Amino acid sequence: MFAVAAAAVLVSMVLAMVRAALGPTAYDRVLALNNIGAKTVVLIAVLGFVNGRPDFLDLALAYALINFIGTIAVLKYIEYGDLGVGTPRETGTE
Amino acid sequence: MGDIVSVVVWVLLLSGAFFLVTGSLGMVRLPDVFTRMHAAGMVDTMGAGLTLAGLCVYSLHDGANLVAVRLVLVLAFLWFTSPIATHAVAKAALSGGTTPYTVRGAEAGGEVDDRTGAAPEAARKAPGDGERGGGDTR
Repeated sequence: MFAVAAAAVLVSMVLAMVRAALGPTAYDRVLALNNIGAKTVVLIAVLGFVNGRPDFLDLALAYALINFIGTIAVLKYIEYGDLGVGTPRETGTE
Repeated sequence: MGDIVSVVVWVLLLSGAFFLVTGSLGMVRLPDVFTRMHAAGMVDTMGAGLTLAGLCVYSLHDGANLVAVRLVLVLAFLWFTSPIATHAVAKAALSGGTTPYTVRGAEAGGEVDDRTGAAPEAARKAPGDGERGGGDTR
């Protein structure tokens, strides 16, 4: 039964990749990539149950964290042109 | 495993698969980035939620264990971060100059390609069109 769920996740990842390839703006691509990351988390969890060893859930948790941070970083880069590291601020002392 | 637990897991996994595929299809077919966010939120909330709930029910059949705790943690983290990421995408898209798709804007803007979302691009090239509803909401 878990193979069906894994197949559904893979099909939806293909559809999201179509949007990431087609997307007319960069925001479409970022949205599709964030969605592919969330589906990857689900896929890791399901594949652990397919193999009968659900020990990969720690990887899914770490992947969810990295996916969120990566999405925020890419959006910040698109919006401001850099990641804000080393830019002078009023109160910053770096 | 018991028949009732098996039926419950099947129903949860198939419902999750339905929402995953439907949300992804909406993300391909909807006209612009803001409407695609709606479909992406469907995938993150219902698709991942129902699928991971099915896995959680399956693993809880053996009694309470750490696998179910990890599944709940993954699900909670997805449900917390998905709205934040979607909000960040919407904020960046609005400040980046993307005009939200509206029906009135599509009618006033003329040619609308609902596969590639060309309507916001065309509407952005003609600012000051007063007939376009919702174009100046930011």
